[in-house]
Amino acid sequence: MKALRTLYGPIIDNNPVTLQILGICSALAVTTSLSTALIMSVALTVVLMAGSLTISLIRHHIPTSIRLIVQITIIASLVIVTDQLIQAFAFELSQRLSIFVGLIVTNCLVLSRAEAFAMHNPPGISALDALGNGLGYSLILMIVGFVRELLGAGTLFGQTVFLSVHDGGWFVPLNLMLLAPSAFFILGLLIWVIRTIRPAQVEQTDFVLEPEIGEKTK
Amino acid sequence: MTDLFLRSVFAENLALSFFLGICTFLAVSKRLETAVGLGIALTVVQAITVPINYLIFTHLLRPETWAALGLGDIDLTFLNLIAFIGVIAAMVQILEMVLDRFVPALYRALGIYLPLITVNCAILGGSLFMVERGYDFTESVVFGVGSGVGWALAIMALAAIRERLNYADIPGGLRGLGMAFIVTGLLSMGFTAFAGVGS
Repeated sequence: MKALRTLYGPIIDNNPVTLQILGICSALAVTTSLSTALIMSVALTVVLMAGSLTISLIRHHIPTSIRLIVQITIIASLVIVTDQLIQAFAFELSQRLSIFVGLIVTNCLVLSRAEAFAMHNPPGISALDALGNGLGYSLILMIVGFVRELLGAGTLFGQTVFLSVHDGGWFVPLNLMLLAPSAFFILGLLIWVIRTIRPAQVEQTDFVLEPEIGEKTK
Repeated sequence: MTDLFLRSVFAENLALSFFLGICTFLAVSKRLETAVGLGIALTVVQAITVPINYLIFTHLLRPETWAALGLGDIDLTFLNLIAFIGVIAAMVQILEMVLDRFVPALYRALGIYLPLITVNCAILGGSLFMVERGYDFTESVVFGVGSGVGWALAIMALAAIRERLNYADIPGGLRGLGMAFIVTGLLSMGFTAFAGVGS
């Protein structure tokens, strides 16, 4: 039961991206199309799981004072392997992903799961926690990628869904969706939707405004 | 050079068009004062690490150097991630010690932000872009300073807006993070509009 909660928790209720602002750094730039978003999600989930598993296995042997360096070195090695694999088997995609696979090294999500969870828990549950967080991240990435590719180019995974006006169809591609600002807007609106469904996540204001002077009744 | 500088500050702003360092960008932009501190610290670290990483990449990792030494065909470029992150961590540590020793006032102001910068994607991303775009030494200095200034400018602008947002009546679900994303999107549109400047 606890294992299930560890796996499902981070997907919606405690999503690392929309609730904790972790790991979006490198994520949004690859969401212009679904295929790059998918590769990025898989790469991150694999690195996250392998990293958490490794760090959890050797957690009793890592001296506290240098634990961050040890964690970063392990993660960086895993990312290098992943990057080389993608370049070997999907070269064209790796060109489109540009530097963003490499940036998984500094992805706050990977390091925070290693530091906050894998350092204190046995390997099995750490891997599950990593998988859950990886899936939570992937879900957000895929949603953003879906909206941007569909509205920006009228395609999904490169397959035409809406025939654009250039090819005699009715759909006018929304170029804004292919530019950076749209990713921020979509994520902001997505957070709004999630927090409307789950009101417990709504942030409290730092202070309450005084009513206008004219409205004061005294 | 001015062209490259202006482009890295505005049109190709690391935070607003490449989403680099967005985690810190959103988390530390609630107050203008802290945003200014973090922006300055990041600019300094970026201006130092990009040129140093350039030197390390061209003179230690590329095969030409090893061939010139007669050591045969050794291509270490795949090690760039580990090398860069090591340099960044070391530079941040050294900068911390130097500031603590010589400018204690600045150290007290920036001290808490420096460790945050080690794992900031903007710093590593800057070095990786330098490699991908094949900048030479002068260009990497200009790019380092420019991209740092651009990031600092963006976070200061967002912090100033968010301080004002405290007085706005925002729907519950959008309060805080959601609104920060929307405002960042608007800022990003503004910065993209500088695309033609300097070229």
